[in-house]
Amino acid sequence: MERQLDQELADLKKQLLKMGALVETAIFESIESLKELCPERVNKVIKEDKVIDELENIIDEKCLDLLALRQPMATDLRVITMSMKISTDLERIADLAVNIARHVFELAGKPLLKPLVDIPKLAGLSQKMLKDALDSFVNKDANLAGAVIALDSQADHLRNLVQKELVEDYLSKDSSVAPRAVPLLLISRHLERICDHATNIAEDVIYMVNAEVVRHHPEKLK
Amino acid sequence: MKIENKQNGQNITFNTRISEDKNAPSADAMSIRMESRSLSVIYGQVCGVKDVSLPIYDKRVTAFIGPSGCGKTTFLRALNRMHDLAPNVKIKGEVLLNNEDIYGSGVDPVIIRRKIGMVFQKPTPFPAMSIYDNVIAGLKLVGLRKRSMLDRVAEQSLRHAALWEEVKDRLKNPGGSLSGGQQQRLSIARALAVEPDVLLMDEPTSSLDPQSTTRIEELIAQLKEKVTIVIVTHNMQQAARVSDFTAFMYLGAIIEFGRTEKIFTGPKEKQTEEYITGRFG
Repeated sequence: MERQLDQELADLKKQLLKMGALVETAIFESIESLKELCPERVNKVIKEDKVIDELENIIDEKCLDLLALRQPMATDLRVITMSMKISTDLERIADLAVNIARHVFELAGKPLLKPLVDIPKLAGLSQKMLKDALDSFVNKDANLAGAVIALDSQADHLRNLVQKELVEDYLSKDSSVAPRAVPLLLISRHLERICDHATNIAEDVIYMVNAEVVRHHPEKLK
Repeated sequence: MKIENKQNGQNITFNTRISEDKNAPSADAMSIRMESRSLSVIYGQVCGVKDVSLPIYDKRVTAFIGPSGCGKTTFLRALNRMHDLAPNVKIKGEVLLNNEDIYGSGVDPVIIRRKIGMVFQKPTPFPAMSIYDNVIAGLKLVGLRKRSMLDRVAEQSLRHAALWEEVKDRLKNPGGSLSGGQQQRLSIARALAVEPDVLLMDEPTSSLDPQSTTRIEELIAQLKEKVTIVIVTHNMQQAARVSDFTAFMYLGAIIEFGRTEKIFTGPKEKQTEEYITGRFG
């Protein structure tokens, strides 16, 4: 039986996916701007962030309307409340993409401290985790969401590798490299945080699909 | 899912699907005030309630939800022998109150109804009888006449029903002079006057305005400290607001029974999910 609420939930999902697509583009652009050290791409990321912020407000307002006016239960309730949480995570991911892009300004015009190896890997991982988390939301696929969560430890590992190398091999030996090393340190931190937010989204998807809270309970995923 | 409870040294097993919430106190930690065991209610050829086994936990609110005709009111009425006077109604199975079958031989239904009170959909004050006499009607029926005791019980019951402050200066006015919401609280006060163990409520707010409904719902939350409550409601938001446990009934059977928060956020059964999200059809 088709309900009016089904149409409203479909609209909500559409808005969330639009936001997800913009956030994926923001990460892509920020990473490409880093690879190319291209400040023009940075401006694009900063400009798009305002659109993403506005979408977060629209989604929040829509969710609050649905909660107040429809008094949803069960799956409907989980979809709406998790949509609110997912939009918050997406907005923060977009902010992190802006942060990464801003660090590109600091790095532009200077020779790279070293060829980028682990940062591109971490960037690729963050993109994959976000894409899979959004796919798991669209397809209500708790297994895919579980796979996203499992990748988070790889992100932590890659960030640790980047930080260890920059601190031990460069900063501790020559503090004058700081203007070129610190932005890379912070970029690795931002990329790892993007993976954390993708993990949050995946956890929300599992709750949405299975009504099971796996956040802070990794044993439930085994 | 099987749930086992030990009460008075006796093992009791419920063949009912219970949605568990691991964060909430376990069902074992709560005592059972009433229970139905394989209860069926048959009208002529129609089985209105089918083989229902269910615990009613002490000093908790248990709500029954389900579409019209699913058997929830029939089940509720079976809990205090309201079907006794209806012709062609056959009861099978047991309904235990404090571990004794209320349908057992030699059990007086009048005494059962003192222990298990009932509040109906429409307020049922005796309209010409005074507010005071309405409250103590049940006590007078069993022969209590001592004025000081009747006064004390009347005040206490009206206080428990959150009506005392509104009527204390006009206790001699007829019950019919009160508003709908006040009349319903008067009905509750009358039910409480005989100090029941269990209070059954059949759609107690369906004829009330939102403000009166809120008062009754707040009252239910207060009353459950003293009495076990079973409520039948069409209003799912109300079941979600007032109850600790919820049972979803369909075609006379319990489809799912569990903690209310679990039933309304993540029911296990597809039919429950479809009903509470309005997809049922």
